[in-house]
Amino acid sequence: MSNQVKLAVSPHIHSGNSTRRIMLDVLIALLPTTIAGAIIFGWKSLIIIAACVASCVGFEALFNLITKRRQTVGDLSAAVTGLLLALNLPVVEQNLGITIFQCVIGSLFAIIVVKFLFGGIGCNVVNPAIAARVFMLIAFGSMAKVGLPVVVDTVSSATPLSVETAEQLPSIMDLFLGLRGGAIGEVCVLALLIGFVYLLVRKVITWHIPVVFIGTVFVASLFMEGFDVMMALTMTLSGGLFLGAIFMATDYVTSPSTAWGKIIFAFGAGMITFLIRYFGTYPEGVSFAILLMNILNPYIDSWTRHKILVAGGKKA
Amino acid sequence: MKNNSNLGILLKGIIKENPVLVLILGTCPTLATTTNVVGAFGMGIAALTVLVCSNMLISLLRKIIPETVRIPCYIVIIAGFVTIVEMIVHAYFPALYDMLGVYLALITVNCIILGRAEMFAGKNSVGKSALDGLGMGIGFTLALVAMSTVREVLGNASFAGIPIPFMEPFKIEIMTKAPGGMLVYGLLIALVFVITRGKAPLKKSFSCAGCPSAGHCTASGACNTEVKEEQAQ
Repeated sequence: MSNQVKLAVSPHIHSGNSTRRIMLDVLIALLPTTIAGAIIFGWKSLIIIAACVASCVGFEALFNLITKRRQTVGDLSAAVTGLLLALNLPVVEQNLGITIFQCVIGSLFAIIVVKFLFGGIGCNVVNPAIAARVFMLIAFGSMAKVGLPVVVDTVSSATPLSVETAEQLPSIMDLFLGLRGGAIGEVCVLALLIGFVYLLVRKVITWHIPVVFIGTVFVASLFMEGFDVMMALTMTLSGGLFLGAIFMATDYVTSPSTAWGKIIFAFGAGMITFLIRYFGTYPEGVSFAILLMNILNPYIDSWTRHKILVAGGKKA
Repeated sequence: MKNNSNLGILLKGIIKENPVLVLILGTCPTLATTTNVVGAFGMGIAALTVLVCSNMLISLLRKIIPETVRIPCYIVIIAGFVTIVEMIVHAYFPALYDMLGVYLALITVNCIILGRAEMFAGKNSVGKSALDGLGMGIGFTLALVAMSTVREVLGNASFAGIPIPFMEPFKIEIMTKAPGGMLVYGLLIALVFVITRGKAPLKKSFSCAGCPSAGHCTASGACNTEVKEEQAQ
């Protein structure tokens, strides 16, 4: 048997890229944010993260088991969904059991309804974590509140998007380091940027979506605030913009694959975020913006598809 | 079970041709009145009453009503019964009347009732039409009660207005709102599809014969094959 020749079809060389490796990179990139969130919001944030990740992975395994599909837990996509969902949730004052219950329901919605009812990984129409975040925002009144950090006093911790007077606004440095109210993973911009650089270096994502998304919100806010750079910077650093732009809007399945498509996608998301923030009834619009652009994604993708040239230079 | 037997006509409305979950008719009252079990049950019974009465009268008059103006005739008949039902509910169940509001009057334009008049009562005998109306009405009521049970228990932690102990902190408020209605509706349709294994008659049982837009539709090719089959027969 030792001199048997193995035959395999092409491709014989591949880059070693796999869903598992990409997802592992995303998890690593989210590590600084997770640690920062745990420091800023205390041990309760770790319980929320554990509940979301465990129930997302659990529901994925369960659904595959029940419907007798190939087990897809190993590709880590459910873990990423769970972690992203948790990082989008605030630590609020309520019974911990209820918080865990709400996390489990949110994960159920993300994995079963958004992901698997549409055909599993690669087939979901919208980002499961974003959809579940919006679902929980509407489903549970308590989840619409703003989580307050445990490491600083409450005066400087209000989220800039819901305060009325300029004196209450936290400083730019506080915003950058994450010493303010908000969801677990959205506050520490520094940690999110570290993750962004890691993803860029590992070539998991390209710069287009995050830069254009954040840039659009900054420029639009600049116009709205009468060219007050500090104010526009405050708006940009507030809310879930960095978390959304870097980790949620860049999801492969629900964002365009061409460079121009990504720019259109990110510009649209930025404009919707800006419009909801300034003219909508909700203080924050990043989740809704990404959700809406996710739905438009197939159209953007088909508009910006590379024209394939066939023999004779005719466009196919 | 043959579709033509009396029992078959009665039972097909419950699952196999459930007006809400298989034929996808009457979605407006389905989504709007299923936030609580009492309202949903009242809506179902009101629609059932109108459906049985209008089916019978339309079947009685089916030879008198001219083909070209049948839709206005059906609407007048249905509106008459709706008015009667509305007055009865207003007189004897004022709480239910307030709860259902405009949706009670809107039974007039509920497509289940007009749909059954067009698809069944206009072509069949009085007895069969009454059974069809009864079956469809029961199917409609059951679907509404099932939907409202899920929505009220999960969204409001109560059943038919009676609070369920220990459920209060665990309620999922979205269920009593419009998105929750859509969600539960979609999941119930999927469930019925699984139960009937997708064998529920969708196109075949509603042939193009008698369809007012058959003329336009055959040209587009959507119903083409079936019409040809029928002509061949």
